[in-house]
Amino acid sequence: MAKSFNINQIRKDFPNLSLKVHGKPLVYLDNAATTMKPQSVIDRITQHYSSETSNVHRGVHYLSEKATAEFEKVREKVAKFINAKKSSEIIFTKGTTDSINLVVTSFGRAFLQHGDEIIISEMEHHSNIVPWQILCEEKGVILKIIPIDNTGAYSVSDFEKLLTPKTKFISLVYISNSLGTINPIPAIIKIAHSKNIPVLIDGAQTVNHMPISVQELNCDFLAFSGHKLFGPTGVGVLYGKSELLNKMPPYQGGGDMIASVTFEKTTYNVLPYKFEAGTPNIAGVIGLGAAIDYLNEIGFDNIMPYEKDLLDYGTKALQKIPNLRLIGTAKDKAAILAFVLPNIHAHDLGTLVDEEGIAIRTGHHCTQPVMKHFGIPATSRASLAFYNNENDIDRLVDAIGKANTIFSKNL
Amino acid sequence: MSENSRAELYQQVILEHNHKPKNFGELADATHDAEGYNPLCGDHLHIYLHINHQDIIDNISFKGDGCAISRASASMMTVALKGKPIAVAKSLFEEFHQLILGHLKPESDANHLGKLAIFSGIWQYPSRVKCASLCWHTMKGALEKTKTITTE
Repeated sequence: MAKSFNINQIRKDFPNLSLKVHGKPLVYLDNAATTMKPQSVIDRITQHYSSETSNVHRGVHYLSEKATAEFEKVREKVAKFINAKKSSEIIFTKGTTDSINLVVTSFGRAFLQHGDEIIISEMEHHSNIVPWQILCEEKGVILKIIPIDNTGAYSVSDFEKLLTPKTKFISLVYISNSLGTINPIPAIIKIAHSKNIPVLIDGAQTVNHMPISVQELNCDFLAFSGHKLFGPTGVGVLYGKSELLNKMPPYQGGGDMIASVTFEKTTYNVLPYKFEAGTPNIAGVIGLGAAIDYLNEIGFDNIMPYEKDLLDYGTKALQKIPNLRLIGTAKDKAAILAFVLPNIHAHDLGTLVDEEGIAIRTGHHCTQPVMKHFGIPATSRASLAFYNNENDIDRLVDAIGKANTIFSKNL
Repeated sequence: MSENSRAELYQQVILEHNHKPKNFGELADATHDAEGYNPLCGDHLHIYLHINHQDIIDNISFKGDGCAISRASASMMTVALKGKPIAVAKSLFEEFHQLILGHLKPESDANHLGKLAIFSGIWQYPSRVKCASLCWHTMKGALEKTKTITTE
């Protein structure tokens, strides 16, 4: 299935990669924020709007049936992509944040009680902290935080220390967006399930770097976004085990999520529609389907070794820069390189490398507790995708060198 | 905009104020102070003022973490405001605000900005405008006895 991995050919699939920024060829190293879209995704969305625009699950007319069929085909595709047992376990959302909020609101309100403990980690994105804090205020549940070490990692035993008879939910990021750490999620899920504790995995930074089989992993929920998977913004996925989703009350009320409505009594639709109130992001879902097709064509068998080599190359290249300190040096890492320089604030570096046509992310990356842990206000982050190459890294290293020169001149 | 004007953001004066900021540190006898915070980037400033009975800022200082633009801006603001009446501080605030939005052109519009005019190019970097303005908003907050200022 997977075609041979030709980086120059692959780069041509992404029209944005040939842009010029401030007169220089763009180097895009902000893939953990969002990924570029291949032409096939852009074309598929255009095709949807130009030849199959209609609402889904509503009309009996030709276009509505066509749009519905295309929309539902993507659900099958997503189910296959993450190896879910049934496509009815795939719920389309706005994105990872929305998926997590769905679980916190629906499962949390219905099944978590005052005094129950929820385990998250110090490296969570704010989207896996704040929804739980809202629930803490509402219901008096308690958040327990797995601490990270100075490489930006935690161990299974760090997690186990927090387990108590009151632990009733676990919600963890698989790959950290600000550190790149790959967490020991499979082992944690095994332990959690031996105590009947459900586990949600934030897979926003995972599904684009490595294959996930939800059946093998045995997670209870998996949340991810389309736009970090080379698809459009505004669409995401919540996978949930059907036995849990069936027990959970609806997240939002509206059209499509009902079986029948009267003023006396409304009954809810079956899965997955119970959780999809209102007209969904139809074009977004269809674009996501094209992104998954594209990714399947390239193949993780090609992507993973390529990204690993690029990460090693980038790590070595950055480590050669005097005084540069990498933030996030765990043994198991995805292709994310965060760092600080002693004399240049991340925002100044971001502006200076932008002048060279290089897009990196600077700031706290929606992980302020991580910044606090390392005692820094912000980092610069180069996050890689399979369409990046060694030239991108070299350009970044050169631009950092130029910034260093500017900041060290005659002061 | 020309490439040259973009590259001029990090001029020598800004780099020098970043490297060795003036009036840096706490002011033990401050009559007014406030904390400024930019939640977007984590910049954090504390501005201290000592205002005498004639409503003159006879001392001013700042401390905090931030990028070169925010440190240089704070440093240059303290230099510009030391010894000035509150009324002048308030009018300079307005002029500076117009400057960094690109509405006031120091080469053609009458102004009292002096060296602060060096920030005239920053409107070309929309994500950096708040770096330059945080200290000014915090100073204004201190005058108005607002303890915490955020840029959002």
